[in-house]
Amino acid sequence: MKLFGYQLPAMSSLILWGILWEIVGQVEFTFFIPPLSAIFATLLEIGPTPVFLKALADTGYAFFVGTFSAIAIGIPVGILMGKNRLLDELLLPWVNMFLSAPLTALVPVLMVLFGFGMKSIIITTALFAIWIIVLNSRAGVMQINRSLVEMARSFGASPKDAFFKIYFWAALPEILGGVRIGFIRAVKGVIIGQLLISIVGFGALFELYSSNFLMKHFWAVLIVLFTIAFIIAEFLAHLERKVEYYAARR
Amino acid sequence: MNDSVSNVDNAVTVRNVNKTYGDVEALRDMSLDFPRGQLTSLLGPSGCGKTTLLKIIAGLLPATSGEVSVNDKPVTGPGPDRAFVFQDFALLPWANVLRNVAFGLELRGVDKSEREAIAETYIGNVGLSGFEKSYPHELSGGMRQRVGLARALSVDAEVLLMDEPFSAVDEQTRRKFQEDLLNLVKNENKTFIFVTHSIEEAVYVSDQVALLLARPSRVSEVIRPEGFRHKDVNSIRRDSEYLDIVDRIWASLRTYVE
Repeated sequence: MKLFGYQLPAMSSLILWGILWEIVGQVEFTFFIPPLSAIFATLLEIGPTPVFLKALADTGYAFFVGTFSAIAIGIPVGILMGKNRLLDELLLPWVNMFLSAPLTALVPVLMVLFGFGMKSIIITTALFAIWIIVLNSRAGVMQINRSLVEMARSFGASPKDAFFKIYFWAALPEILGGVRIGFIRAVKGVIIGQLLISIVGFGALFELYSSNFLMKHFWAVLIVLFTIAFIIAEFLAHLERKVEYYAARR
Repeated sequence: MNDSVSNVDNAVTVRNVNKTYGDVEALRDMSLDFPRGQLTSLLGPSGCGKTTLLKIIAGLLPATSGEVSVNDKPVTGPGPDRAFVFQDFALLPWANVLRNVAFGLELRGVDKSEREAIAETYIGNVGLSGFEKSYPHELSGGMRQRVGLARALSVDAEVLLMDEPFSAVDEQTRRKFQEDLLNLVKNENKTFIFVTHSIEEAVYVSDQVALLLARPSRVSEVIRPEGFRHKDVNSIRRDSEYLDIVDRIWASLRTYVE
């Protein structure tokens, strides 16, 4: 955006919102919104503490193991669904159902099945992320140019070659889009998991701070979480732009 | 004119091939011979099954009944004796020209340095030297089809199957391609099967034109232009035999055009 002829840096509107927040905080409008500056001061204060670092490590671990599993399972399943009609008919209703289902309601079932520990949190995270990855990979394969597939066959491509050299690359723009949305959903998944299953990680901090009305601490953790999620999403959007040159011409 | 067909060594033979899609009969009892080292066009109105026949020869589609053989071996699927040139080029948009041209060899397990050396040669032959690192979206339609052609040539198959290869390029480029194709047929010892819907193009480039008619799809006539085949590329279009054959084919086809 341009203002008075000057090119504003990306996301400069955040500065405006930050100022507004600071004002609302300074006039002590509500205890729920402390000044932004006080929140950052708190963040610097609790950031280096072992409690916070432990929470960050726990959350990060569950998040990355969960999303990694979702990607490792979701992409091949989605590609195979796009290639194989039978598999598609079998799995699509389930994928669509889980995509829109309130997964939070499933968490107690997962606790019964997998216990009250890290395992259930990881599975919850993966469950939040996987469906959109499957659907997007499938959509990417469905729109593939038929003559690329025929070309590969006519030159004697093995099914493995076709999978890794044609289908995966042709579907890559959609796959990356799915992974990006999957990551965003996984952030939700990991926090819900930590709140409901066992009180660890950031979930525990949210619980602790909000029940004690420590609003500055609460917001500090939330901002850290938002920032991490935002950076990951932006990184994936950057990767998507790298394959954009061929997304429109397959 | 057709006496020479007997005793000719055929690279590809099609015998009584039928193809149905559900209730739709795409090909009925089709038989055709493709002499070795020559260019045969499949010419006909849309819906006459010419691309279907080409894909059956390529092994990309199974015939419902009948037999196709290449060098007397029945076709059961794609094989290294045939290479395909696609109407829409079918290039990998994420790979540069060099990798695209070498892709057929890559799929056949030729190692990287060897296949790139072969690809370089053919990139030069089709006049694309200097574009090795370009991506398909940076090339014009004509250049993209040169890449498709180089890819098909680099696997050194005996039979080249071309599915309306020049229909997506502009008219000037198309004329240049047709001249180049004549030289290619002369210099490479390959059998070409060329699908087109352009009468002039078919007569211009072919040693043999198979005229296909639709509903039911069948070979109505096989025409072998001979008088002007060894003439200079520039005088073919003024040759009286060329013009007669074009007229004759149009007379057969015009009833099929609404």
